[in-house]
Amino acid sequence: MSRYQHMFARLNDANQGAFVPFVMLGDPDKQTSFEIIKTLVESGADALELGIPYSDPIADGPTIQKASIRALNNKITPADCFEVIKQIRAQFPDVPIGLLLYSNLVIKRGLTEFYQAASDAGVDSILIADVPLREAQRFIDVAKNTSIDQILLAPPNASDETLAEIGAKSAGYTYLLGRAGVTGAETAANIPADELIAKLTQYKVAPPLLGFGISKPEQVKEAIKAGAAGAISGSATVNIIAENLDDQKAMLEKLASFVTEMKAATQK
Amino acid sequence: MNHLNSKFGEYGGMYVPELLIPALDQLEQAFIDAQNDPSFIEEFNGLLKDYAGRPTSMTLTKNLVSNPNVKLYLKREDLLHGGAHKTNQVLGQAILTKRMGKTEVIAETGAGQHGVATALACALMGLKARIYMGAKDVERQAPNVFRMRLMGAEVIPVNAGSGTLKDAVNEAMRDWSATYDKAHYLLGTAAGPHPFPTIVREFHRMIGEETRAQIMEKEGRLPDAVVACVGGGSNAIGMFADFIDEPSVKLIGVEPAGKGIHTPDHGAAICTGSKGVLHGAYSYIMQDSDGQIEESYSVSAGLDYPAVGPQHAHLHDIGRAEYAAVTDEEALNAFQLLARKEGIIPALESSHALAHALNMADEADKETIIVVNLSGRGDKDLAHVYNILGEQK
Repeated sequence: MSRYQHMFARLNDANQGAFVPFVMLGDPDKQTSFEIIKTLVESGADALELGIPYSDPIADGPTIQKASIRALNNKITPADCFEVIKQIRAQFPDVPIGLLLYSNLVIKRGLTEFYQAASDAGVDSILIADVPLREAQRFIDVAKNTSIDQILLAPPNASDETLAEIGAKSAGYTYLLGRAGVTGAETAANIPADELIAKLTQYKVAPPLLGFGISKPEQVKEAIKAGAAGAISGSATVNIIAENLDDQKAMLEKLASFVTEMKAATQK
Repeated sequence: MNHLNSKFGEYGGMYVPELLIPALDQLEQAFIDAQNDPSFIEEFNGLLKDYAGRPTSMTLTKNLVSNPNVKLYLKREDLLHGGAHKTNQVLGQAILTKRMGKTEVIAETGAGQHGVATALACALMGLKARIYMGAKDVERQAPNVFRMRLMGAEVIPVNAGSGTLKDAVNEAMRDWSATYDKAHYLLGTAAGPHPFPTIVREFHRMIGEETRAQIMEKEGRLPDAVVACVGGGSNAIGMFADFIDEPSVKLIGVEPAGKGIHTPDHGAAICTGSKGVLHGAYSYIMQDSDGQIEESYSVSAGLDYPAVGPQHAHLHDIGRAEYAAVTDEEALNAFQLLARKEGIIPALESSHALAHALNMADEADKETIIVVNLSGRGDKDLAHVYNILGEQK
């Protein structure tokens, strides 16, 4: 069983959904980034979704863009990101770690080489924000060969055809988009209609985690009530980092209490 | 699945968030329907003729070339309404916008030329335009910002990233991913995700078709070479499209070498040869060793883009088209030479193509006919060139 399968089984037994925070690796620097991620796990994060900073993040709103810029200004490279992941993996052998990034970082290094490096660092899944299903096959093939789950994304406007394809190809979990647009806490997620969740079940997609616009415990509760296997919160988490850059102690404390509250909302 | 081929060899594709796929599919379908609908063709051709001023003329230069073996013609896109070839394709996409039942248009612009073209088409067609422009460019290009606003467009400065064209494209794509139900993204060049490179080519292909008819009438034969500048590559692909299947016609694209392609300050994506994804397409791009996109540079804002349209990447790889690079200095010389010798002030973009054609003309040892696509006029560049030449003197 993969780490994701273990996690979903454990949560199922505990009658809980998953809470998955997202942060940008290397934001604001390597050492602080490690402390931040460690705090997230110790405060109850069931899995991690981690970004690699990129110069042109077209799927991201201002909060995540700024996180990328902070990290890039500190000369953070994908190699640095893998080092941080290795440290996290060494400390937390069971927590599922997902990467969320952009295609050019993967293509420039070479698909197999990039996925192998990720796998060696302890990454469980990769989601590429600008690789839609239609371009995904060669990434899925490489993922299979390197023991990585290629995460596919189900938009709220997905056709039956798209959902069927996700059902056939998804592994790990399915990233269920809470709304159109880009990442950000400014616009709240819509809680998916029962109809969409029913369809996801019908097409046997990997367990759906709802993301985009999730910033409050109530939203986590509602998402899980609607049938999502859990929720992902990126911009709200990153905002706490951005607002406390000059006080690391306060930053970590606020992150810890945020994750604790969000995790508490996953109890069914 | 796509109805049209989304790739050119290995290049192109649709590297966009899943959310945008339905919008791109809808656009592809609207484009296919339009191409098969005589009423679309009639409306588009009517606007091109009566509003934009097509066909544009073709001018044989009188004094520019001293080599008696060479005839150098200029395809006069500078005479088109709006001052550049860009008007062609914005009219086509504006009609598509209406056919899709959309009322708003999103666009990006660097120097403001595509923004101005979009603004004029939207004013004409009764569409609401919002145009993203890097904050630095808004400052540098105040007259074009005023032009856009005068024609009713909203200009939105983009502070993210480097505050230039690539960041404006990013912001336009972000906007579109939330608003595709009512807004069309009117992309300004033959780059970006499928179907844009195909649509933009088809809506500019009259440049090459007219060139063919005009040269046949004047010379009774096809030219030996057609030369066009390449930033994203829209005027070049419009010029090339009708000649791709004519192996006797050399297709030559000219990229901006800026301060030299061995310096960091250039925009010659093909000539420097690094492949990757930017703005939805796999092509030649400018990037560092990790795949972070690098800033491009050119004296000509219209060529200042760190990628190139995917069909150009393919034409390069299969050897059907050649790509050269011309420095700022060479382009500025050609700019002044055309003004002095022929009484035509070209856009700095087009001056790159002209500079390369003049080098070809010097070297020709047999009868040679060259057509340069004079893609735009230089009025917009006067202040910029004045400042540069003032500094040098």
